[in-house]
Amino acid sequence: MRNLLGEFIVELRAAGLPVSMSEHVDAARALTAIDISDRDMVKACLAATLVKNGDHMPVFSTAFDVYFSNRHADASDLGEMDEESSNADETKGDDPNATGMRGSGRSRGMGGGGGSSMSAEELAEMLFKAMQSNDLNSMRSGAREAVDRYAGMEPGRPVGGTYYLYRTLRNLDLDTLMDRLIAAGTKADADGLEERLVKDEAKAKVEALKAAIEAEIRERLVDDRGAEALGKSVRKPLPEDIDVMHANRDEMAQLERALKPLSRKLATRLARRRRKRRRGPIDLRSTVRRSLSTGGVPIDLRFKPPHPAKPEIVVIADISGSVASFARFTLHMVHAISSQFSKVRSFVFVDGLDEVTHLFEESDDPAEAVARINSEADVIAFDGHSDYGRALLVFHEKYASTINKRTAVLILGDARNNYHQAHAEVLADLKFRARNVYWLNPEPTSYWNSGDSVIREYAPYCDKVVECRSLRQLEAFVGDLA
Amino acid sequence: MSSIDPRQELADRLGLAEVPPARFENVAEVIEKLRQNDYLSDEAIASVTFLADRLAKPVLVEGPAGTGKTALAKAVADAVGARLIRLQCYEGLDESKALYEWNYRKQLLRIQAGRSDSSTEDWSALEEDIFAEEFLLTRPLLEAISATEPVVLLIDEIDRVELETEALLLEILSEYQVSIPELGTVKAKQIPMVFLTSNNTRELSEALKRRCLYLYVGYPDVERERDIIISRVPGISTALAEQIARVVRSLRNLDLKKAPSVSETLDWARTLVLLGREEIGEADAVATLHILLKYQTDLEKATKELVGRGKALA
Repeated sequence: MRNLLGEFIVELRAAGLPVSMSEHVDAARALTAIDISDRDMVKACLAATLVKNGDHMPVFSTAFDVYFSNRHADASDLGEMDEESSNADETKGDDPNATGMRGSGRSRGMGGGGGSSMSAEELAEMLFKAMQSNDLNSMRSGAREAVDRYAGMEPGRPVGGTYYLYRTLRNLDLDTLMDRLIAAGTKADADGLEERLVKDEAKAKVEALKAAIEAEIRERLVDDRGAEALGKSVRKPLPEDIDVMHANRDEMAQLERALKPLSRKLATRLARRRRKRRRGPIDLRSTVRRSLSTGGVPIDLRFKPPHPAKPEIVVIADISGSVASFARFTLHMVHAISSQFSKVRSFVFVDGLDEVTHLFEESDDPAEAVARINSEADVIAFDGHSDYGRALLVFHEKYASTINKRTAVLILGDARNNYHQAHAEVLADLKFRARNVYWLNPEPTSYWNSGDSVIREYAPYCDKVVECRSLRQLEAFVGDLA
Repeated sequence: MSSIDPRQELADRLGLAEVPPARFENVAEVIEKLRQNDYLSDEAIASVTFLADRLAKPVLVEGPAGTGKTALAKAVADAVGARLIRLQCYEGLDESKALYEWNYRKQLLRIQAGRSDSSTEDWSALEEDIFAEEFLLTRPLLEAISATEPVVLLIDEIDRVELETEALLLEILSEYQVSIPELGTVKAKQIPMVFLTSNNTRELSEALKRRCLYLYVGYPDVERERDIIISRVPGISTALAEQIARVVRSLRNLDLKKAPSVSETLDWARTLVLLGREEIGEADAVATLHILLKYQTDLEKATKELVGRGKALA
């Protein structure tokens, strides 16, 4: 058990969770206080001692499922787990159904869907019944059956579970299942509200089924390839480490969720830091009032709160296809904490340039504003390939006069100029007018200046050029800015 | 595996005469005792509470507002028959409000009194005298440590204090003691249960997190929320409670500025009971939705999503 815990923690650290030595000790101690044959209890116990951030829970959960997979937990002798992972099949015979299936699981993948006792219709019917009556056990066995039948798992193939999951789900036809659930749940006289509730409920159930199938696939993969190998392939980045440029749809949603609390946190932190940074002049009234408790001796000096200087910010973002998702996030972020800056103006460009500040001001939902930017902003002048030089020229011509010594200019983009002219002299002039010029580049540093990237030409006129690919990096940058 | 009992170890360190008995036998007992105090826990909440007692460690409870973080501490205090000592955190909270403060006025009086009646009194004796416990004003943290009867210490909204102030807590959280330079170290006379709550408006320091067990309390699932409604709202029918829970789940799935909390759900349930409703129709829902949602944009969105689209379909 101690070995297993150690390996598990190595995996957590590899996934990015900061687990300290003393937390490791706590976890080991906690395990002595509980009944370790109870899997849920073990999970709760490890979660309480090892994970100290709600956002990290999903990553923990995945790793836990891999390292303490159900099969293993079946055997109450957790102590010998390390040795017996390869022959887990022999240990328990109390569930003949499951054992039989497990035994044949290895060979079945090759032979297609043979050997199952149920037809496709029966399986669909069984899942439907299970979901309708909220019967978790039969839902789980239905999931097992579905994986047997459809996933076509091949031992030793080094893929993560997503491929098998996709195959299983495609064959199960969840949409029909959901429609049936909705139809069965809706009463004849239901109004719109009731209909909506039924729909949401069906959706939740289908999600639960998906999760059950995913868990089942993962368990089999653990049996096949061992926890360590699998841990590596199912490892997901923490929300703050997701690469914005290459995020898939799920990760995007995760990022958006993470962004909301993050910007709030950042705002509190900035406000607090500003207040603490400098003390204002002595507040005589408050000091005298305070000195009464020490017999008129002003021991405890009180200060007036300082007037913090808030910078003005001008954001110029490339929203061409290659960096669109990155620009989105940064605009999002800057506007979410715009209360921390005295003024924020946003411009977007591809080969033309347009101001979009009003879009953010009109709607208080940043997601909506970003959607409107994509549809309304007039940014394409010629062919729709980004042209940094032209965009800078246009900006300089129209707006250079608004830039003054309080302004920080923020340029977002990969500086891939499609071999147009760079016009770096324009940036030089902006740098002369502004307080600071920063360039955020969403590409890894090693790609800079390769191909048509001309960041080299702009860099001399920027105070800082930073790689900014994840929320963590973005947060660090914005924190420094204010 | 070594079998050092953390409670035993702590008791030795604090120099307690005997190890205080564990408050709970097992997780089931935690669930049951909390239920008797009208707090419906789930597996995670109960296990962490159980572990907190067994390992004698504080619990850091995090989660959205209004999901019963503070209520948990209260319910645990009631369940184990302990006094609840509460420290409400706010920005600018300092040592003198959280830990202890010397009673300047009383010390001054003491010095003046000494001066008038005889000048023979030795200064060092006087000094010893004015830095005695008599002149100490105990604040919540010191009070929890020096209490002889069982207590539950609740440090509420810890994320509101500055990062530096957090450091005040570290000694208490790991050692259950308070060091007062003029007086020495005050060690706990029993092992208090400690709950810290946080709304997650800022990242807490690693040092603090490391010393605590972590519990994330999210929104409950439909079944638990229904049960919570039934137990906290007298006179509500099961069907109505269920329907309320389902509506709230649908609302939380929408992308709202502020999702309805459990306490707002309870308010809504009470309102519907007062109105004498047995089930929620569209009209009722629209008329009373402002109890659940506090932003105009959220209200509009929810009305459109929940009612409007349904109508379009029908």
